[in-house]
Parts: sequence; structure tokens; C-alpha cells
Amino acid sequence: MRVYSYYPGCSLEGTAKEYDYSLRALAPLLGMQLVEIHDWSCCGSSAAHATSHRLALALAARNLNLAADMPGGARDILVPCAMCYNRLKVTSAELAADSGLRSAVESDLGDKWRGAAITAKALPEVLLGDIGVDAVAQAVVQPLEGLRVASYYGCLLVRPPEYTGFDDPESPKSMDELVRATGATPVDWPHKVECCGGGLSITNRELVAGLVADILGAARDAGADVIVTACPMCQANLDTRQGLAGKTRGTDFGLPVLYITQLLGLACGLSAASLSFQSHLVSVAPLLEKVRQLGRARQAAGGEGC
Amino acid sequence: MPRIGVFVCWCGSNIAATVDIGQVTEAAAEMPHVVCVEDNKYTCSEPGQASIRQAIAQHGLDRVVVAACSPRMHENTFRKTISAAGLNPYLLEIANIREQCSWVHADRVAATAKAIDLVRMAVAKVAQHSALTSSTSPVTRRAMVIGGGIAGIQAALDIADAGHEVVVVERSPTLGGHMAQLDKTFPTLDCSACILTPKMVEVVQHPKITLYAYSEVEKVDGYVGSFKVTVRRKARSVDESKCTGCGACWEKCPVKVKSEFDLGLGTRKAIYVPFPQAVPAKATIDREHCIYYLRGRCRICERFCEAKAIVFDQQDEIINVEVGAIVVATGFQQFDQAAYGEYGYGEYPDVITGLEFERLVNASGPTEGKIKRPSDGKVPETVVFIKCVGSRDEHKGVPYCSRTCCMYTAKHAILTREKIHGSKVFIFYMDVRTPGKGYEEFYRRASEEDGARYLRGRVSRVYPKGGKMVVLGEDTLLGRKVIVEADLVVLASGMIAQPDAQEMARKLGVSYDQHGFLTEAHPKLRPVETNTAGIFLAGACQGPKDIPDTVAQACAAASKAAALLNREALEAEAMIACVDEARCSGCLWCEPVCPYKAISAKTISERVGRRTLTRSVAEVNPSLCHGCGACTVACRDSALNLLGFTNQQILAEVEAVCP
Amino acid sequence: MSVAKTKPEADGANAAAEWQPKIVAFCCNWCSYAGADLAGTSRLQYPPTVRIVRVPCSGRVNPRFLIRALQRGADGVLVAGCHPGDCHYSTGNYFARRRFLLARRFIEYLGLEPDRLWVKWISGSEGNKFADVVREMSAAVAKLGPNRKVREAR
Repeated sequence: MRVYSYYPGCSLEGTAKEYDYSLRALAPLLGMQLVEIHDWSCCGSSAAHATSHRLALALAARNLNLAADMPGGARDILVPCAMCYNRLKVTSAELAADSGLRSAVESDLGDKWRGAAITAKALPEVLLGDIGVDAVAQAVVQPLEGLRVASYYGCLLVRPPEYTGFDDPESPKSMDELVRATGATPVDWPHKVECCGGGLSITNRELVAGLVADILGAARDAGADVIVTACPMCQANLDTRQGLAGKTRGTDFGLPVLYITQLLGLACGLSAASLSFQSHLVSVAPLLEKVRQLGRARQAAGGEGC
Repeated sequence: MPRIGVFVCWCGSNIAATVDIGQVTEAAAEMPHVVCVEDNKYTCSEPGQASIRQAIAQHGLDRVVVAACSPRMHENTFRKTISAAGLNPYLLEIANIREQCSWVHADRVAATAKAIDLVRMAVAKVAQHSALTSSTSPVTRRAMVIGGGIAGIQAALDIADAGHEVVVVERSPTLGGHMAQLDKTFPTLDCSACILTPKMVEVVQHPKITLYAYSEVEKVDGYVGSFKVTVRRKARSVDESKCTGCGACWEKCPVKVKSEFDLGLGTRKAIYVPFPQAVPAKATIDREHCIYYLRGRCRICERFCEAKAIVFDQQDEIINVEVGAIVVATGFQQFDQAAYGEYGYGEYPDVITGLEFERLVNASGPTEGKIKRPSDGKVPETVVFIKCVGSRDEHKGVPYCSRTCCMYTAKHAILTREKIHGSKVFIFYMDVRTPGKGYEEFYRRASEEDGARYLRGRVSRVYPKGGKMVVLGEDTLLGRKVIVEADLVVLASGMIAQPDAQEMARKLGVSYDQHGFLTEAHPKLRPVETNTAGIFLAGACQGPKDIPDTVAQACAAASKAAALLNREALEAEAMIACVDEARCSGCLWCEPVCPYKAISAKTISERVGRRTLTRSVAEVNPSLCHGCGACTVACRDSALNLLGFTNQQILAEVEAVCP
Repeated sequence: MSVAKTKPEADGANAAAEWQPKIVAFCCNWCSYAGADLAGTSRLQYPPTVRIVRVPCSGRVNPRFLIRALQRGADGVLVAGCHPGDCHYSTGNYFARRRFLLARRFIEYLGLEPDRLWVKWISGSEGNKFADVVREMSAAVAKLGPNRKVREAR
């Protein structure tokens, strides 16, 4: 059992609750134990890093310090949210490189910087690098053969490459590997790292509708049944703005947008209820029906099933 | 008692504007052993040098200090000056009061004080100088050329034509290098093979040239005029003296392998020549793929070889070659496109590099000169070229310009338009750089006459859609997004150093830059020499170059090498280590420290009282010693000293600074 | 015309009044001496505190030389050579590196501040770095103050 300090971040307590639930349900099946960081706070993303560089660093540094002080000892942090991941990575790197900045942040915190030994890791990074794609494949009890999946990485999970570094920033493959492990087919499509407009989802809906329509259209052209992502902003945006995007193009995309953990959970035999599919705006029901049919077809053909 | 003359240079206003020359001369006159002080507007000028010669005669000077620019600039000039006046040239010391004083300080008082210190140091050191002479060593009148591309071929031919023997070492089975892979050459559209293959043949037919193909340099020992090079002749599994290159073996060989020469676009057999015009036309067995080596059965080639040339148990052969000069012409490799995930090179077969495109348009290439896209063999109607992939990109590639891509892309555009009627060509570029004879005109031809559409901007992504490659780019001149649905995408890859360039540099003892290219001795004035005497550079091993520049540089390197080989003997370094045998205890701690293996033990006999004792002491070989002085510090008895930089001299300088 | 004349620097302006450290620098001919020359040809200004002794290689510098310099009252000693791997004589700077790691400890043992000895790798193309090193070292040695200990004991 690999033990990680767990930093859910605010989204996973709000719009991305299903990401949190599905991850917590999946973790033991993949040999991971998550220990939530006690008293964690904002990572400094969104408003903070746009208004104050130092405040954003201090907020992230506080959480890294907390991880360093964990009772079970300092461990790597699993950070499911791409934005939190980005902030924690940037903070570690900037504080390591600049002693002046470090002392400024220390005075802001009224505390010493102790996070130097802590590594924040993104979910695909942990699953591929630590757990291993073979272990993931072994945990699969309901292979998703026949399902075509578009992995959508968005802007923050693999960038900037000098800080993230676990995948190609322009042509990432880590989630595709995980998709392949479930038995599903990862589709090759061009919009893996295109901007979804998440930051402007509230303030400029027309612009965002166009960006979302481009991404959904590309996934549909590639023949995808479903999009998976590891970013709460991307998921929320592609899900909530799908209707508007469809309207601008005169179509109904009908593409469910799942968290990678939900797809893995499905393959590992977790129930739909424990994966919180009910909270999605674009209905997941047709997808679940297709999975069931594929499973039945496989059983009928005498193939291995669950 | 030494009689020292001090000559202070104004260097126009370069020194005099910041340093008070009057004060320096006054101070110098008071320094010990100084009998004459003069100042000159330009000491390096002929009148300046004449005044030194005059003063030597007039004041009976036996040592000279020149306070002027850096010794790296004019030490040799002034050595010749005092030599002309009858002094030993090493009885000179330079005080660097320009580069290390007047040019770096603004405060006149402080700069003058420093200049006086620098002169005092030089006077203290020169007082301890002794006359030095250098030994001479003979020159082995043979050159080695490493690399058999166009640079190596040209250098070898020129040195051989100058009358010296040349040994060419090429690691692949054939001469030709990258130029052999090209189709046409810019800006004249000459066929590359037509101008190259006659030269390749000339190399093997030249009576003065020995070619070791499929061979590598293992080790280089020795020094200018007398290098000892160890060459590994890799086993071809074919007796070169018997093979006639008839081709029966590769006709019959059952194993197909991706051809390196065709960059994987075509195939070859496990026994092969890389391309039909290969020189030498001798077959080679690729042991990694040959079934006999893998499974112990087959030997079909042996059965069909009438010349009985196949030797399955052939071993690598190590040979030693003595040469006086070495020309390095090891070339370049293409930038690895894997860094650009957004272009999908390696994933999408219809995204290829410029060099791969050369093979596609080449009549002897895998498609016999018809441009067909690799995925389905379809003739492309729309071709997109992306320039500067790897070059001029500090984040993913290299910061420098690869110099050839602008021109070869223009050439590719012209060839595409010529070979595929009605085709559309789009070229995404950052800048178009055409410095060269006829280059700008050639680019104009591509863009104006041949109708290639030049779009100034970068491409952000290439992806497949319905059998096409969609290219997302930007036209920065019009400020708008450009989307091209192309059939074929060609990436103009930059040039980078060979993967083992640094290892080669270490073998040769030459330096390399941060990108792995070998460095010339001076970027302007010594472009083909290295910092190691007797080793010269030709072609792209020194930096990206096109064919005309490569050939010009190869000719230059050859003339330098020939000039060296024309000499009867070489003067060795005069400032070398020497042993005070009376002090030497023979511990030989100095021996392992010497990077040139110049130190060895020798036995001497001494008379002590009435007895004669024999004991061991260190000995320095003056031809091998480079004068680095590492041994002097290792010496526990202070028996080793470095002439020209003796312990006494350096301490005298230290004491002159800290009186 | 030198830039120095038109652009007076603060470096030397108050020099006469203030105490300035005296630094003896041993620079190898191929890299660091060339770097110092390049600082000159680039007209980079640095404090007039340093006096360069040219040596063929940093491997030629006997620790004795710098002990003598400190003994005779130099406030700092700089040994500068080619970057590791780039020695003109292939290995000289590796010997230098080991020697001067020990030399620093020896200086400390003598009761001097080890920061009076700096060892830096400066290539022939790093005129900037040479000027920076002299600036930094001058400031650092100035902070340590004059090397009175040995000077007065003499």
C-alpha cells in the first residue's frame, strides 16, 4: 500500500465532488492510501495568483509546510486538481530557486519554509509513475473494450513543462496509457491541450462556447464516446457549457465528460452510485448503457468478463 | 646584474587616457635593475619596435618589459623584436595595462597605481628570466582525415594533391556522408550525386590516399608532427580485397532491414552496400540482423559469392597509424524532432523531415524520385513546409540558426512544384535568411516564379483528419489564423552536433562548445585550427554549414595541414618542465599527474666521495611536454620547475604585488 | 576612445579615500586570463583591486604561492581556471580543484578566514563572469576587512 498525503483542494469539495468521491473509492483498489492533509487551505490559484504573486506563493507554501509536518512523516502529495498541482509545483520551484523570495514568503507566513523535500504529484503522474500501468490493468474487472475515449489534458496539467515534466506538454500521453489499461481505445485527437476557456466561463460565455465547441467537435470527429479529464475546471466547463456550445454549432454533442478516476472506477467494478455520475449535466446514462451492452456482447462471445 | 629596459605604450589614447604614463615611467625608473624607461605612442608599430632595438644596443639591455596590451596579443611580436636585436626571445615580459587595466577602470588614480603594480610585477619576473631554447622534432609527413563526407573528401584530396600521404577514416561502410543522401543542391540545382560521386571515386583511386571505411578512431596519442592514432577496422564479414561489389549476395539475402541511408523510408538487405554508388563498393554484413549470426543458419550469401569473399568469422582489426596532422571532418546529425510533440513526427507517417524529403525526391531513393507520401503512397497535392524546427528555439531546440534550412526548403518548394503539377506549397517561416551567392535570387524564384506561398508565422499543431494533415498556423503579417489541410508536412530540421562529438573531442584533446560543436582556435582569425597544434577542423563538426562553406573550409584545413607537413622539423615548446636532478628524490609522484606521459624515470650515476652511486630521477621528454606545470606542484622536493613560469618567478610577482 | 572616460563609474570615484582590498589572482592562460582580457575588450568595469599573475594552468598554482601572498598581506587570493572538463591540458583544473579545497581548510587552520581564497571557473568567453567575480569578491573581502592578522605578525 502506497501512502500519500492528500490535498483535495476547494473544487473537490464543491463542483468536483464526484472527482473526490471517485478517487477515494478507487484508491484502495489500486493500492493507494490517501491521508488528507489536516487543516489544508487555498492553494493560491484563481484570484490569489492573479493579484499577488507573493500571496499565491505563501498560500501554497503553507500547505506544503503542512504536508511536511504530517504525523506519519513527510510524503509526496497527491494533488488531483490540475490548478492546485500547478500552484504547488510552481511554488516549490520558485522558492527553491530564489532565496530572497523564500525569505519574503517566510516572513509572510511567520513560519520557516519546510516544503523543500515535498513533491506534489498529479494523478496521472502517480498512477503511471508510482503505481504502474500494469497494476492498473490488473485491477480492471470490467474491461471497457470497444469504448472510444478522448483524453483531455487542458492547459495546466502538463505545463509549464519545466515544472511539471511528467509528460510531453504538446502531445501528452499519460492519460491515454491509463485509458488503454482499462481496455478502452484512446483516440488520437488534436485538441488534447487546447484551451477550454475555463477562466472565462462566467464572464465571456460566447467566447467559451466557441472554444468548447471546437474541443467537443474534435473529440466527436475522432469518434470518441466520452471525454476524460483530470482537471475540475475543464470538466465543469466542458460539461456546463456543452449545451451552449451545441447551440452555436446547431448540434447536440451529447459527449459525457468524466474524470479519469470515474472511468477507471467503472473498469474496476465500482458502482455508478459510488462514482457520482448523477451530478453530471450531460447525461452519462447512454454511456453506461453502452458499457453494459459491450460487456454483454463480450460475455456472449465467450470472452473474459467480470 | 640584469639590465632591464621598460617600454610603456600609450596605445594612442587607449591606455594614456586612463593611465598617467608619466607617473608609470617615473615609477618604473626606480624599480630594481631598470636602466632605461621609454614610452611610445604605439610600441607595436615599426618605430616603436625600432626604439626597443635601439635601446637594447644603446643601454646594453639584457631583459625587456613592455607595458602595453595583453601578451595574448603581441607577446610574439615583441619576442621577434628583441630577437632581432640579438636577445634571446624569452627574455621578455609583458605588463598587461590595457585589457586588464585601462579598459576596465575609470578612475585615473587607481588605474595608474595598478599599472605601476603590473609593471613592478613584470620587472620582478623578468629579472629572474633565463634564456630558453626549444628543441626540434621531426614531422611525420602523413595526414589523417577523420570523416568521409564532402568535407573529409575535399580535405583528403587537397592534402594528397599537395604531395602528402593521407589516411581517411570513415565509420560507415561508404564515403559520401550526408551529401550523398541529397537530391539536388541549392542554388544551382546540380544533382548532388553527380558532383559528389566522381570525388568519392577519386579518393580511392588517388595513389596517395588510403581509405579505411567502416573504421573508427579509437585513440589518439602524440603531438603535432607525430600523432599516433589507433584505428579500429570493424569486421565487415567480407574480405575487401576479394569483394567485387557484384551484388549477387544482396540479391539473394532473405533479410530485409530498414535502410539507414534512406532514413527508414526504404529497405536494404542484411548484407548490403548503403547505396548503389557507394565507395568502396564492398558489401558489409549487418550482424545485428543477419540470420546466420542470430540463428546460426543461412549462409546464402556465401553460396552465391563467386569471389569467395564472405568471411563469417572475421574479427575487428586494430591498426596503428602515425601521422603529422589530423583533419577532423566528422559532420553533424539532424535535430531530433521528438521535442516537438505538437507536430507529431514519428506518430504520423506523413510528417517527415527535410532529409527524408530529399530521399523521396531522389531518383535513386525508395520511390524512385516520385514524391509519394509514406502513409499510402499517394502523390501529395498540398505540401506544407515548416522552417526552424529545432533551430532558433531556446526552449525546445537550439538557440542558433542552422543556416541551411531556408535554402533547402526553397529548393524543396521548387522541386515539389516542378514534379507535381498543380501542387500547392505553403512555407511557414520565421525569417528568410539568404546570405550567399545566388541565394536570394533562388528564394525569389521559389516564391515568385514557382509560386510557393510563404507565410510568416509558427505552426502550433499538426494533426490528421480524414486522410489529410491539418496544419494550424498563424500568418503574423496579416494577423490571422491559418489552417491548411495538407497531404504532406515537411519539417526543416536543424543541424546538431554528432552524438559522440564530445567523446571525439576528448580523444583528440580539442575543445567543444556548449552545443557539442568543436571549437576553432579563433572565431575570426584562426577558423580551421584548434587549440591543439596539428589538429584542424573542416565542415559541420565545427558548426552548421552548407556545402559551399564546407568545401571552402575543407580546402582551408587542407592547406593548413599541408603547410605543416611541408616543414622539415617542428620547434617544440620552450617553456617546459625541467628537473633539478640534484634535488630530485626519484619518488615520481609527478609521473601520474602528467597528462602527456612526458615524465619517466631515468637512472643517473653520481660520485659521492669516492664511490659512484646510481639512483633514479624523473626525466621530462621535451617533445611531449606541453608546459602545463602540473608536475611542478606535485613535486615534493621542488625539483621540478616550469621554465618561463618558475616558482621563483611567480613568487617574485607575488612579492611585487605585496611589498 | 574608451568608454571609461565618458562614463565614470562609482567604482573608483571615492577610491582614494576608502580602503580597498588587494587581491592577487592566479589566472590560467587559456581560459581565465583570456576571460579577463575579454572583460577588457568589452570595456566591463570592475574595481581596481585585483592583480593578475598569469600561469599556464590552474594546475600550475602551488598552494605555496597563495600562502605567500596572504603571508605578505594580500587581502584575498583568487585562483581561476577553465571549467571542469575544458582544461587546455585536460586535467590540470581537477588537480587544482582538489588542492584548493584542502587549501581553504588549511587557511582556516592558520586562523584566517577561508573566504579570502576563492576558486572560480571562468572560460575565455566569460568576460562578464570575470568582472562579476572580481566585483563580488572585492565586496566580500572588503567585508572581511584588511588581512591584518598576518600582515602585523610579520
